[in-house]
Amino acid sequence: MQIEVTVNGKPAVWEVDNDAMLAETLRTHGFLSVRKGCDTSCCGLCTVWLDGKPVLSCTVLSFRAQGRQITTIEGLQPQAEEFARILAAEGAEQCGYCSPGFIMTVLALKQEISNPSEADIIHYLTGNLCRCTGYLGQMRAIKKYLGVA
Amino acid sequence: MKWVGKPIAKTDALAIATGRPVYTDDLSVPNTLVIKLLRSPHAFARIKAIDTIAAAKLAGVECILTYRDVPGVRFTQAGQSYPEPSPYDRLILEDLVRYVGDEVAIIAAVDEKTALRAMELIKVEYEVLAPVLDFETAHEHPSTVHPESDLYCHFDIGMDQLNNIVASQNIEKGDVEAELARCEVVVEDTYYTQAQAHAMMETYRAFSYLDHTGRLVVITSTQIPFHVRRKLSRALEIPAGKIRVIKPRIGGGFGGKQTAAAEIFPAIVTLKTGKPAKLIYERQETFTCTSSRHAMRLKVRLGADRQGYIRAVDIQGLSDTGAYGDHASTVFGVVGEKTLPLYNKTKAVRFTGRVVYTNKMPAGALRGYGATQGAFALESAVNKLAAELHMDPAELRLKNIIRAGETCLTYGGKLLGSSSLDRCIAQGKKLIGWDEKYPRREMGQSKVRGIGMAVTMQGSGVAGVDTASIEIRLNDDGNYTLLTGSTDMGTGSDTILAQMAAEVLDTSLDRIIVHAADTDISPYDPGSYASSTTYVTGMAVVKAATDLKQQIIAKAAAFLETPPEEVAFDGQTLRTLAGDREISLEKLAELLVLGIGKSQLTAYATHGSNISPPPFIAGFAEVEVDWETGKVELIDYVAVVDCGTVMNANLARIQAEGGLVQGIGMALYEDVRYDDKGRMATDSFMQYKIPCRQDIGQVRVQFEESYEPTGPFGAKSLGEVVINTPSPAIAHAVYNAVGVSITSLPITPEKVFRGLGNR
Repeated sequence: MQIEVTVNGKPAVWEVDNDAMLAETLRTHGFLSVRKGCDTSCCGLCTVWLDGKPVLSCTVLSFRAQGRQITTIEGLQPQAEEFARILAAEGAEQCGYCSPGFIMTVLALKQEISNPSEADIIHYLTGNLCRCTGYLGQMRAIKKYLGVA
Repeated sequence: MKWVGKPIAKTDALAIATGRPVYTDDLSVPNTLVIKLLRSPHAFARIKAIDTIAAAKLAGVECILTYRDVPGVRFTQAGQSYPEPSPYDRLILEDLVRYVGDEVAIIAAVDEKTALRAMELIKVEYEVLAPVLDFETAHEHPSTVHPESDLYCHFDIGMDQLNNIVASQNIEKGDVEAELARCEVVVEDTYYTQAQAHAMMETYRAFSYLDHTGRLVVITSTQIPFHVRRKLSRALEIPAGKIRVIKPRIGGGFGGKQTAAAEIFPAIVTLKTGKPAKLIYERQETFTCTSSRHAMRLKVRLGADRQGYIRAVDIQGLSDTGAYGDHASTVFGVVGEKTLPLYNKTKAVRFTGRVVYTNKMPAGALRGYGATQGAFALESAVNKLAAELHMDPAELRLKNIIRAGETCLTYGGKLLGSSSLDRCIAQGKKLIGWDEKYPRREMGQSKVRGIGMAVTMQGSGVAGVDTASIEIRLNDDGNYTLLTGSTDMGTGSDTILAQMAAEVLDTSLDRIIVHAADTDISPYDPGSYASSTTYVTGMAVVKAATDLKQQIIAKAAAFLETPPEEVAFDGQTLRTLAGDREISLEKLAELLVLGIGKSQLTAYATHGSNISPPPFIAGFAEVEVDWETGKVELIDYVAVVDCGTVMNANLARIQAEGGLVQGIGMALYEDVRYDDKGRMATDSFMQYKIPCRQDIGQVRVQFEESYEPTGPFGAKSLGEVVINTPSPAIAHAVYNAVGVSITSLPITPEKVFRGLGNR
């Protein structure tokens, strides 16, 4: 079927299979920042925004995006880079494979919760797994980025 | 020092963090064939018949391969230097399948859907055989996992094929039995460590195509590009020179990608079809059809005198390698190598035992590589000994640990070059509040807190075997290119190698281009494993950079018409000592590639080490145990590490934190489990729990630097040693809290609860 979407601010018309998932559709159209890590919506790697809210694109049927705004990290490069620099200064990106999904969630957190506590941050980001860093460096980076103690 | 030790961000940090297309699948091209693998539903079976006719007729199916269509040369997937100590015990496809998930057929089609549809149309008739599932009785099982006559070992690793024994070990120094008989205190226990999954975020994957000259190019997420090339060459029966292996960015490895689990399948499809092909493992395949940590049973006997000097160490082991012997003998050997030298007041030490084949997913390399298993057993026994002696376990260790300048029974007279383990213990005690908290504090409401500790060691590279080369070029613009075959899997090793080169060449990081790793371009490197990159490859960097610097000075001397001793080089400008003449590096570089009789400067160095200097770590855990449920909560974990000179403060810290958290996962809940038919029950992140953000309490890391005389700038390794202490330290903390001694991992609430009942 055909869907009309807005991706990173640009309109697009895509032909998608009825059972296609958004993560794969996005990759097919060149949005290679979108990664998959689990096949069971457990890991958070495929996180993109749908109408400004983070979703797991591996379990969103592509046709569900009909008429909606999709945002990937390609569309948020200045904001992503700002946080990525802080993350990198901590050494906390390691393999980087989970970073785009993680950063999309961090940027959403920033929009959604002002002055979050450590518990708020952990709660918001629990669905974003990382096997390299042990999360502690990521937390240090998030706190610096958000300016919270 | 300007660069070494500094908390510099990784050179590839922004690209990988912001989602640039730099990983294997990002580099595949349109119209690439998609591969799916039909896998065995049985733990042990012989394929009687296989019918692919209907599947092959399906539109869009490009090729289907079964055991009849592949070369019949046995090989190993284990990524080790040639000649590998792992047995050549597998074929690309075989009519005998040895675990649930073993490959039966390779299907390549225009897209994934078509490949999956074709898979359903393949009919296989199996003769189901009795599987060997219990590793403790594998040696007496009537079934033989590897009955074939063409299995091949380069070395005598103590194989007894018909009895399912892949390797045996027997190392003894002194007379252990006599020494134990003389000891005033002897403790004994049997410890079990479970299989652990790597669970790196990027699953296994590889993509291949033929280049314009017909050579096979394989782009793969691997730690071992040169070993992959050699394996493909053997298994596919084509010369290695016809193969190029490229490693792009890797989304984590942890030793898993030291086993070549995926590459052979796209490679053979590309050779058969002439077309690009890719294989991306699903998460379930990554869990069930690649490798895990070797599960082990380790019986430990320790003997000591009343003063607390450990006089005898005896470890008898049994390791489960699963269906194939990848890393079987070497992982097992490391159990002994990294335990027996740790306490060196011994008069006799022994490590014996064997590794057995079973009909489960093969085991392989995983961070810690046997030292993790050995540390749980030995350190748990040392803690038991401390309790028996009524001695503070920290004091007991300080009495017995090997120190710099000392030797031990298994070192053959060689001296330990560096260690700050005593300082690590002292600092760790201070940080965790040992003297105030040991052994337990009642918290009220059925909660009690205990603290525990463990120390361990690892190695740095494979002594006497692995050798790395580095090339550094002075480019025509005055910048440098550093070529390496080592593989940064996220640790930042590319950056650390560049830091070392920048230090020697007195230049900045942005003037060094690091190129890794492409077997057509990179100098040989065994790859990144065995905690080797900083120590082994790093030393090659220091040698090559030093040589290049001398070459630059010599060339400048010729231009300045002065002897080389009269030239000073500050990284940018070359001046005579008198200060009357100078030439910039940039100008020199330009002149070196201009006109006749010139030559571009390039330095090349190879380094191998005949020793593998151990990094050390002291780990301290504080847990809270619930008397009513047996639940163990980790409150605080403190680790103090001796990795020699810290090369990059931030990267080292993250590397340590990440490894500790993996170790904490292993200690408390990570567990690869099988049902009674040999099917893995823990095949997704739903069933196999890795630590998530909510599971991490306080984890604190500090470094106590030592100086390793054989390492670059005094450095040793770091990557693996950090995973080893959580299991024994947390078990010890639980014991100190509630008196329950957990001897099998993971330390689940059920086990603690049962232990409380049995007290």
